[in-house]
Amino acid sequence: MLRFLARRVLGALVIIVLISAITFFLFFALPSEPALMSCGKNCTPDALALIDKNLGLDQPVPVQYWHYMAGIFVGRDFSVGHCPAPCFGYSFSNQQPVWGTIVDRFPTTLSITVGGAVVFLVVGVGIGMLAAAFRGTWVDKFFSSLSLIGNSLQIYFVGVIALAVLVSGLHWMDNPAYYPITENPGKWFTGMLIPWLVLSIIFIANYSRMTRSQMIEQLSEDHVRTARAKGLSRRTVFFRYAWRGALAPIVTIFGIDLGSLFGGAIITEFTFSLHGLGRLAVSSVSETDLPTLMAVMLVGCTAIVIANIVVDAAYAFIDPRVRLA
Amino acid sequence: MTELLVAEGLTKHFPIMGGFPVKRRVGAVQAVDGIDLTVRAGETFGLVGESGCGKSTTGRLLTRLLEPTAGRITYQGQDITHARRRELAPVRRDIQMIFQDPYSSLNPRQTVGKIVSGPMEIHGVEPPGGREARVRELLDIVGLNPEHYNRFPHEFSGGQRQRVGVARALALDPKIVVADEPVSALDVSIQAQVVNLLQRLQRDLGIAFLFIAHDLAVVRHFSQRVAVMYLGKIVEVGEREDIYERPRHPYTHALLSAVPEASDLMGAPEGARRERIRLAGDVPSPILPPSGCRFRTRCWKARELCAASVPELVRAEGSGAGHLSACHFPEPVPVLSPAPPLPGTGG
Amino acid sequence: MTATPPDTTAPPRTPFLSVRDLYVRFSTEDGIVKAVDGLSFDLERGRALGIVGESGSGKSVTNLAVLGLHEPRGTEIRGEITLDGQRLTGAPEATLEKLRGDKMAMIFQDSLTALSPYYTVGRQIAEPYRKHTGASRHDARRRAVEMLDKVGIPNAARRVDDYPHQFSGGMRQRAMIAMALVCDPELLIADEPTTALDVTVQAQILDLLADLQRQTGSAIVLVTHDLGVVAHTVDDLLVMYAGRAVERGPVREVLSAPGHPYTWGLLGSMPRLTSDVREPLVPIPGTPPSLLAPPPGCPFHPRCGYVAEVGGDRCRTERPELPAGRGAACHLTPEQRRTALAARLTPRPGRGGTR
Repeated sequence: MLRFLARRVLGALVIIVLISAITFFLFFALPSEPALMSCGKNCTPDALALIDKNLGLDQPVPVQYWHYMAGIFVGRDFSVGHCPAPCFGYSFSNQQPVWGTIVDRFPTTLSITVGGAVVFLVVGVGIGMLAAAFRGTWVDKFFSSLSLIGNSLQIYFVGVIALAVLVSGLHWMDNPAYYPITENPGKWFTGMLIPWLVLSIIFIANYSRMTRSQMIEQLSEDHVRTARAKGLSRRTVFFRYAWRGALAPIVTIFGIDLGSLFGGAIITEFTFSLHGLGRLAVSSVSETDLPTLMAVMLVGCTAIVIANIVVDAAYAFIDPRVRLA
Repeated sequence: MTELLVAEGLTKHFPIMGGFPVKRRVGAVQAVDGIDLTVRAGETFGLVGESGCGKSTTGRLLTRLLEPTAGRITYQGQDITHARRRELAPVRRDIQMIFQDPYSSLNPRQTVGKIVSGPMEIHGVEPPGGREARVRELLDIVGLNPEHYNRFPHEFSGGQRQRVGVARALALDPKIVVADEPVSALDVSIQAQVVNLLQRLQRDLGIAFLFIAHDLAVVRHFSQRVAVMYLGKIVEVGEREDIYERPRHPYTHALLSAVPEASDLMGAPEGARRERIRLAGDVPSPILPPSGCRFRTRCWKARELCAASVPELVRAEGSGAGHLSACHFPEPVPVLSPAPPLPGTGG
Repeated sequence: MTATPPDTTAPPRTPFLSVRDLYVRFSTEDGIVKAVDGLSFDLERGRALGIVGESGSGKSVTNLAVLGLHEPRGTEIRGEITLDGQRLTGAPEATLEKLRGDKMAMIFQDSLTALSPYYTVGRQIAEPYRKHTGASRHDARRRAVEMLDKVGIPNAARRVDDYPHQFSGGMRQRAMIAMALVCDPELLIADEPTTALDVTVQAQILDLLADLQRQTGSAIVLVTHDLGVVAHTVDDLLVMYAGRAVERGPVREVLSAPGHPYTWGLLGSMPRLTSDVREPLVPIPGTPPSLLAPPPGCPFHPRCGYVAEVGGDRCRTERPELPAGRGAACHLTPEQRRTALAARLTPRPGRGGTR
């Protein structure tokens, strides 16, 4: 287990460094002049050069990259003052330390993704099991058609409908908004409810179909028949034997879906005007704000990589045949 | 008889990777460990052993589907141990394979005609009269209706599919066919059909067979010479009668006595049952095989010498020419009492 | 004498396991599969019955029907199965669940797929014990260790916490036997218990089964395609073909003087360690019939070489009955059978019907 973790963390570091380097160098390949933004109107070439020097933009790109990466761990000194570790630099667009913005925005995205994942895993897997248990009956057919519809929906479409019907029309729910969970868990929950439902709806369709087919496959396995031959009831066999077997592939697919979950969160943030990392990333691209973009990329990658390690460890926990090495 | 396919010191070790931080070779599965064997033109050479003994790996090494770790393979005097694809092409025409599973070894999306003519296409062979005529002829040879040229594998039963596999193997007029468990996936009555077919082909076409199987009775029925493998090594090799009537290696002896035989009850008196030797335990791991003789951990005759030194595959005192066994303490010469005449029903 | 339909002269006592006129049919997209077509047999305590047949003969389907393990949907089961006087066919699921794993147990063919990869061997053995005896977790575990020890697993106390994939094939099959025997069942059904095993391990497992039966006196049904396996382990033999029983009797009699052309064919197809290698095998021509549309009359007639000897249309139209006790379901007269069997014993070189 330790060896597995060590290997995976090392691998993750390599991936993160690679991605950060690619982002960094791609950014400088773009025809942009970051200093222009903070220079404002009446910009002279001298003023521009000074800003470039202050931001360290006058140095070669690899050196800048090195300073940037080193700053994350040991902090960095700019002409405007010391930026303590973890230093992701100052935003080109609002001249604020990037890390502060990230810390501010991260909980929103985390709430949307984790909550959405919990909703679609519980509901999707639940529906799939129900459909498998009542295979061939109207229950199965009902959920199968439902998942087909769900599969063809899009977040922005469902989001707008949900707002129009649930909030404006029926007044059943509050307008989506983010309240820190530490301050007001109730408001946090009601504010996140619609984003969760909307984000999870396409995933629910996928996961219910996958769970159903996995359960049906597991129920036809020899070891399930053996369990029945031991005198175990249908219910025990269903939950103890078949479900355990269906779990492993579900967890695997979940690991693969983490990336698209993050993508879904970005669209969800936009749809409901929530201020999360996704919005931050998109705005930093349009404003060619390298420090912010880099920071979002690194935080996002790290989160996904960590989640993947957790998923792999969970997989080994579910299936004893998988050895972590 | 001329020597067709010869293996000397043939070895295949599958590396086991592990370690940290960089994966490296930490051990090896010694699937095949220094075996010598010779298949002569026109003969059937049986390779028998239990699962994991390396018999299938040997078959794949000899057809160069796997790259040997060490040793030498020669085909008609030509060294093909590490021959490259281009050099191997003419040899591949002569050496064909029949696989165990008639379901997964035929492409389900190809017609039988396409499957059987495949080898001719690959090797650019244009038989007189055309490929289709040749395929029809081959289908007829293996006992299938030539009219079934355009059918797909799923339209055939398991036995018929195996015949398709045989027809494919015959397409290039091979000199030797490596048959890896060709009948073990088939029902008893169908198994006999395919065994008889292979026997007829061998007789009529003079093809040599390397017949790999775990079923001792089938191997005995089909092979003139037999080698017994255990944990990657040949423990005994000889003429069929040597192996089945005068086995010198305790493993061969135990293997033979473990076969449940219906003929024990088919008219034979109660007392005439064969000797029973029951081996304890399981075959050890090929990753860490026992020192010395690999069979010693399950052998009732094992002594200190067996752990200390690897027995050579040699002619034991009292064995006939060509009957080699690898045991420090070979079994006495006649261990099996001559079989009583049986009122069996096998025609 | 087992494997006999009820004898009218015997006292009216039902046998321990009795299968009467069993029909099992599956509805599939292609039509109705007549998997078992009118099968009857009996089995007494302390006896072992071998059921032999090729794939599709209905031997496994029969045993799943005894345990009531067929999916109810798409399956039609007719006939009567009783165990120790208790009717199993039509019994409520709860009743069957109480019997399964307790009074009747089953050993399956492939121990790698038949054991769950997700739970330890010990837990899987202890599970039916807890369910049927209400034993505590601790007691059930002790019982599992005891059972593993009994079936010859070395270091049972340690191996009980291993997962199936950590066992070798032979050990897994032993563990499966331990699991089946944990509640001391009175009926043990072994479905191809050694087919996936190597010959030396197969010998160990067959010996183990025989030993355990001697100790417990339970009734055993051994299902196999291998006549060699039954020869050493069972008392009586039932030969099945296309969902029907075609021959039955004490194993020694069936093997030494088989009465059905299909049994002759099976024996003639089998290479043996002691047969003359110059004699070609005598396979049964053709392939087993489709169970969607089994042949009328005798199901074996399309592959049988003796249709002409029976004469007329009898084999094609009239279904031969399997007589009580020792016998074969064939229209040949006993006289004809003796002649035919004797003729098959005379070597006929060149009769190797390879096609």
